[in-house]
Amino acid sequence: MPEQPTLELEGVGRQYGVDAPIHALSDVDLRVERGEWLAIEGPSGSGKTTLLNVLGCLDHPTSGTYRFEGRDVAEMTDKQRGGLRSQYIAFVFQSFHLLTHRTVVENVMMAEVYQRGSRRGRRERAEAMLERVGLAHRTEWLPTKLSGGERQRVAIARALLGSRHVLLCDEPTGNLDTANGHAIMDLLAGLHNEGLTIVMITHSPELAGRASRRVRIIDGRLVA
Amino acid sequence: MTTATRIREIATTETAAPAMSVVDLLDEASAGLFTRPGRTILTIVGTVIGLAALVATLGVSRTASNRIVGRFDEVAATEIVVSSRPSPGDGISTALPWDAAERLSRLNGVVAAGTLTGVDVGDVLISTAPVSDPARRTDFDLAVQAVSPSAFEAVRAGLSAGRFFDQGFSDRADRVALLGVNAAERLGVVDLSGRPAIRIGDEVFTVAGIIDRVSRQHDLLGSVIIPEGTARTLYRARAPDIVVVETRVGANDLITEQIPLALRPDNENALKVVSPPDQQRVRDAVSSDLDLLFVVLGAVSLLVGAIGIANVTLVSVMERTGEIGLRRSLGATQSHIAAQFLLESTAIGFIGGIIGASLGVLIVVAVSAYQSWVPVLDAPVALGAPLLGAVVGLLAGTYPATRAARLEPVEALRSGL
Repeated sequence: MPEQPTLELEGVGRQYGVDAPIHALSDVDLRVERGEWLAIEGPSGSGKTTLLNVLGCLDHPTSGTYRFEGRDVAEMTDKQRGGLRSQYIAFVFQSFHLLTHRTVVENVMMAEVYQRGSRRGRRERAEAMLERVGLAHRTEWLPTKLSGGERQRVAIARALLGSRHVLLCDEPTGNLDTANGHAIMDLLAGLHNEGLTIVMITHSPELAGRASRRVRIIDGRLVA
Repeated sequence: MTTATRIREIATTETAAPAMSVVDLLDEASAGLFTRPGRTILTIVGTVIGLAALVATLGVSRTASNRIVGRFDEVAATEIVVSSRPSPGDGISTALPWDAAERLSRLNGVVAAGTLTGVDVGDVLISTAPVSDPARRTDFDLAVQAVSPSAFEAVRAGLSAGRFFDQGFSDRADRVALLGVNAAERLGVVDLSGRPAIRIGDEVFTVAGIIDRVSRQHDLLGSVIIPEGTARTLYRARAPDIVVVETRVGANDLITEQIPLALRPDNENALKVVSPPDQQRVRDAVSSDLDLLFVVLGAVSLLVGAIGIANVTLVSVMERTGEIGLRRSLGATQSHIAAQFLLESTAIGFIGGIIGASLGVLIVVAVSAYQSWVPVLDAPVALGAPLLGAVVGLLAGTYPATRAARLEPVEALRSGL
């Protein structure tokens, strides 16, 4: 049995609007194998975020086929796509997306809220993830008290909790200074070595160079 | 434990719908409520006012109507007063026969019946017998009433001294009198040990007793009361003025119908029969009038509360768009999002209902205490208010929750957090 790609796009397009359609993605073919670390480069407005949203089942293609572990996502219901995200797909956003009124550990614990499985030990598991990203001493803080680098590490801890195995990162270092950016990249590299499948958007060739494979996207089209 | 070993073999795993446990749902909803306590409290206030108004108004109206009915209960519900309609010819009415009391007391349901007649004694004044004290006034212009012996029971009279007169006194036209307590005071008769007498003009009457309480016909307390036979003989009284009837509880309506036939089978229209309106009907009429008004008031306040909840929930949905996006990215379905916001608005309504109901009960008690009333509150009103609040919250949250659920995850995430 041939190895199935984890993510597979075939001729995927995404257009917005009907009268004067904007083609955010056109005819994209992409395979991401299990355990791969893929960097998607491109200038702003090139469609990288749309591509990532399609891969994360947050957005749906208007043409073409997207298969997740061999299954056509278009045939799934809202519930099933939710299930896909809750079990298999984790996100790290450029602007962190932490709930400002909840503590660091509570933010991390949210990763398991929509999963099957027991609440028992959730706090301990969340604390373990925070320890992995080096934030064991910040668990009861509010995110607003943390630096940008620390916040992104909280977001990564949240992405790690719940045993999802595809990590989608949208400019994970975009809001960070160079030192913090490198620390986050080191963290991602470590996760990649442990076997996590990572798709990362960046506009920095230097950061893209750390990935195991790079693709460029310009005006909604992938270029080699 | 490495990530590699944690990875699931998803090729062999079905993609199950995401599951959110009830505890998690409650957790998330309560976090939504309690992370912004200030706003939550302000939102709750609307429902609190609405439900407090509803409970208080229903309670006060119930208490008040109970109070009104309570006043009727005491004596009036068993009372009938029969008088004659003034006949068009002569000014003096003779429609009532002298044996009216006797006839009515034979009716089943009548406890007692007695006739009362105002006696015209002319211009003479009334005084106690020894007319010797020049220092103070000793003669007074007092009303004289002739009554049948059975009237004492019919008006529920009580004596402070002496005895009532009976039929024998009336038949013999004896010159005996009872004094109402106020009349006795004015005349200076305090006890009967000296066998006091009073003079009505030139006629001397022995005082047989002093009446100090009646439940009906309160003017008796200020009158000199003499037997009917005496009044007919001495003062040519022509006919009783009124018949006072005490009925058994519940027999009032029936007796009222029977009286004209029993007293004047020849001319039923000659009599005027006055009985109090039926107790139950009074209660219903009073209650429903007040209740309707107050329920409308409460409903309006509740509607305002509901709009408040809907508005704040809507604002909260807009403010938390980023949070909604994040939750969707973590696997929340539309129903999860809707359920969370619905639960939050329902909880606001429910909490508001509890506080509002408590406040309403306090208001009822306070108003009752101020008016010295007995507070009356229907249990379903007090207990149902929190449920009503929850329903209001649920309904108010429906539209915002639907909006929240329909948000595109991508759009929601774009709005930031």
